Amino acid sequence: MKPAKLQAVLEDLSVLERTERIEYLIALGEEYRNFSPEEVPRDATCRVPGCESEVYLGVSPLGEGLRLKFAVDNPQGISAMALATILDNSLSGEPLSQVSEISEDLIYDIFGRDLSMGKSMGLSGMVRMARDSARYGKPLAS
Amino acid sequence: MSATLTQILEKGYARPEALVTTEWLAERLDDPSIRIVESNEDPLLYVQGHIRNAVEIDWVRDLNDPLRRDYLDAAGFQALLRRIGATSETIFVFYGDKNNWWATYAAWVFHLFGHTNVRIVDGGRLKWVKEGRELTKEVPTFAPTDYVAQPRNDERFRAYRDDVLRHLNAGNKLIDVRSPEEFNGTRLHMENYPNEGALRGGHIPGAKSVPWAKAVNPEDGTFLPADSLKALYEETAGLESTDDVVVYCRIGERSSHTWFVLRYLLGYENVRNYDGSWTEWGNSVGLPIEK
Repeated sequence: MKPAKLQAVLEDLSVLERTERIEYLIALGEEYRNFSPEEVPRDATCRVPGCESEVYLGVSPLGEGLRLKFAVDNPQGISAMALATILDNSLSGEPLSQVSEISEDLIYDIFGRDLSMGKSMGLSGMVRMARDSARYGKPLAS
Repeated sequence: MSATLTQILEKGYARPEALVTTEWLAERLDDPSIRIVESNEDPLLYVQGHIRNAVEIDWVRDLNDPLRRDYLDAAGFQALLRRIGATSETIFVFYGDKNNWWATYAAWVFHLFGHTNVRIVDGGRLKWVKEGRELTKEVPTFAPTDYVAQPRNDERFRAYRDDVLRHLNAGNKLIDVRSPEEFNGTRLHMENYPNEGALRGGHIPGAKSVPWAKAVNPEDGTFLPADSLKALYEETAGLESTDDVVVYCRIGERSSHTWFVLRYLLGYENVRNYDGSWTEWGNSVGLPIEK
């Protein structure tokens, strides 16, 4: 069972044409605000594997789960920023049991199927790290 | 001679006309004889902001056959060029993300249809953005044309598996542009990229390893000067400009970048891109492999 907020985002996206979806994602990406190194350490433990946009994940307790704080250091990393916003907005504070079951394939529901292999690897790495943080209670870059 | 042309000429390339600077492009955004094309890996970048009057060509939706593993056919290419208002005289100026990886890929596909009047913006999107140049969200529209595409002719610039087999049996040269780990078989895919199903690791026998990104200055995405490229491909990898060369990677996109470098920047006449690359070779029964 997906967290309700995530399910709602995916339902919103499912009715959008490709261009509308891209504009929606860009708006989310432009809404993104980065985290300082004090909030999210830029170290190997927090670094999202496979993500060329230099993305780091820090977590802290929130509600029934965790606050997912993705730091995206590449100013051109608009896709990573959009996904960071979606994951933070829809998974932070949600029950760990639900977040720990999300599938990395949800990036295809968000971005569509025409992602390159490299791009899909980086984005799915962000989802995987969020999921694993829910499973283990902290970021585990492996 | 303009300063921008001098910048390219100073780099010593064999065919300097294939490369333009960001300054050159900035001065010609409204030139009707050129069509500016952005081709990216990241599908959001063009919509977020692009060079004014640039159209987008998407490597998946626009250049690939939707069903078979192949490129679009002549009818598809014709429809694409009509849609973006091109004629047979149009000069295409490509740029994109990832050090022009996808821009050179698109340019290579254009060559299959005989449309060789292409330029690459040295440094691509990275350099344009780093220089603080203007980007716009406004998508340009151009009046459709009656462009008539030539039939696709793969012979000159594209190699198929059997071509490569003949090529290596004849003792001709190959350049493997993947990472050293993929080349030596310790990894079946790019670092941090998923395994795409190659059952065997290694490289095509006799191939020399020159990772594609070595041809680029990572700071601004510009191509290295010719002397540095010669050191890389000729002194280190043993190529000569008269060689018949096949380049390959994993699915033929990274190697299109090297194809551009060899053909245009170093002036090699006989360079083909094997787009079947390792995902085909490493899965084919009975083909020779070296580690």
